[in-house]
Amino acid sequence: MTEITATDAPGRTSRRARNRARELTGKTGWTVLGWVVGIVFFLPVLWMVITAFKPESAAETWPPKFVFSPTLAQFRLVFSGMGPYIEHSAIATAGSTILVLVLAVPAAYALAIRPVRRWRDGLFFFISTKMLPIVAAIAPLYVIALKTHLLDTIWVLIILYAAMNLPLAIWMIRSFMLEVPTEMLEAARLDGAGRIREIIEVIMPVVVPGVVSTALICVIFAWNELFLALNLTVTNAATMPMFLISSVPQEGLYIAHLSAAATVASVPVIIVGWIAQRSLVRGLSMGAIK
Amino acid sequence: MTVIEDVVSPPATGIRPRGVSRREGWQRRLPLLPALIYTIVVTQIPFLFTLWYSFQNYFWNQPGGAHWTGLSNYKEVFTDPSFRNAIVKSVTMTAIAVIVAMLLGIAVAVLLDKKFLGRGVVRTLIITPFLVMPAAAALVWAGPMLDPNFGLVNYLLEPFGVHHVAWLSTHAYGSVVLVMIWEWTPFMILIVLAGLQGQATDVLEAAKVDGASAWATFRELTLPHLRPYIELGILLGSIYLVNAFDQVRLMTNGGPGTETTTLPFFLYQKVNYAFDVGGSAAAGVVTVVLTIIVASFALRLFARVFQFEEAG
Repeated sequence: MTEITATDAPGRTSRRARNRARELTGKTGWTVLGWVVGIVFFLPVLWMVITAFKPESAAETWPPKFVFSPTLAQFRLVFSGMGPYIEHSAIATAGSTILVLVLAVPAAYALAIRPVRRWRDGLFFFISTKMLPIVAAIAPLYVIALKTHLLDTIWVLIILYAAMNLPLAIWMIRSFMLEVPTEMLEAARLDGAGRIREIIEVIMPVVVPGVVSTALICVIFAWNELFLALNLTVTNAATMPMFLISSVPQEGLYIAHLSAAATVASVPVIIVGWIAQRSLVRGLSMGAIK
Repeated sequence: MTVIEDVVSPPATGIRPRGVSRREGWQRRLPLLPALIYTIVVTQIPFLFTLWYSFQNYFWNQPGGAHWTGLSNYKEVFTDPSFRNAIVKSVTMTAIAVIVAMLLGIAVAVLLDKKFLGRGVVRTLIITPFLVMPAAAALVWAGPMLDPNFGLVNYLLEPFGVHHVAWLSTHAYGSVVLVMIWEWTPFMILIVLAGLQGQATDVLEAAKVDGASAWATFRELTLPHLRPYIELGILLGSIYLVNAFDQVRLMTNGGPGTETTTLPFFLYQKVNYAFDVGGSAAAGVVTVVLTIIVASFALRLFARVFQFEEAG
């Protein structure tokens, strides 16, 4: 923005007024455009939520109904059916995220604070596993899970989701650990602090917010995962995405019911994402962008 | 302040690893080992099995289990036109979705970089598509949005002469790509926006004083500055989108015909409908080899992108 400071000559006043007027109309233009773009992106989500409050008969009409008497009937139906699914999702998500943190925090320490000799190779090994297409190994995974009696258990999801999120978590937590000031580490070492004290007193206070946002990103990816759940679970560990699929029947009206189920399934992660908005970029770029 | 961190130089904190004693070396390695072993066991061993199965004749629905068949699975994969089709679909869909998402992402990010009323709210609205559960998004697009008889899209397009188009059967490929773009544009926006906000304003001011047009400033100053961010966005978007499965499975089921059968869906079908473990393993091995070739370039790009110590 152009700034006009105290050096203004008296004759400039009218020009400044004109500038401000132009700026204001410019701003209105940007505001309108910004909101239009925002609404276009948000529209499908909004339509999902609106449809969720419709009675089934009002959801499948032409033209689509915008005015109707809202009902909670679909939500009631969803809540009565989703019990086991949401429980499995919650356990798989929480379990895998805890496992990721337990493994990633020490690993990040060994790649940042007191680095191992070939720490670069280590970092790139982790990221390279993210590029391997998991679909290519789905049949062997199925056989291994079957042989180890993990098929259709939550454990198989916890183990695989942890492996899926681990590279991202290591890269991200490492980037937070690099922010621990060297002077603080040196001072602690001069004080004769051992490794444990160094971690608890110097590193953790700086890194904890970063660990929390890393956990939120892991939660998002684990909660939303469908492919592995679809292939490796049936009923005992079926997750929310599979509940959604089951809410689409072979025949009959289902649009309102589906929308309610989709809304319920998406809302937890949308809220987590809105909260973690600031660290979302950093997490998604594996810590490259701060 | 946005900074792209340097992976190449030694970390700022800590002592140089060179010259550490053997005992110290193991003490340093110890915290890394659990994650390293875990990742090797969980992500690498299944691929060894894939390699082994690729030489086996093994159908789940046939008695007798697996037996050695040599290279016949590979012969089948390389002569299978539907495998080639799946590669082409995966590559083109990913490329189109990533490029369009990036172009839109740059445009919207420039818009969000302006100060306007309610910018924070708009930003929050815009990132939401990325957060919606992909399975939910796919089903909502397939039903309430794109349904030929009561979908919102047909209603909104009616004034433009569109009448009850059955998008998922007549424009399946485009519909799936559209949903991918819708989900991944927010991701690109966030990355590019971080880049824009890390740009030094004095340079832009100077360009303005020199009388450079807005477009020239953008092309000559902003775009080069954004380059590492754009590369990073394209790279990460491609990694995720090439594995995209939910949209295909839930919107079109790979159809009509093999119109939207991407590699992940092709492999899924081979295991789940044809019960062909050996054949899917061979196709999987070929997929992994192709991925490694692409990934080695990607990793080099990664290393280069992360080298930009300060993008400002």
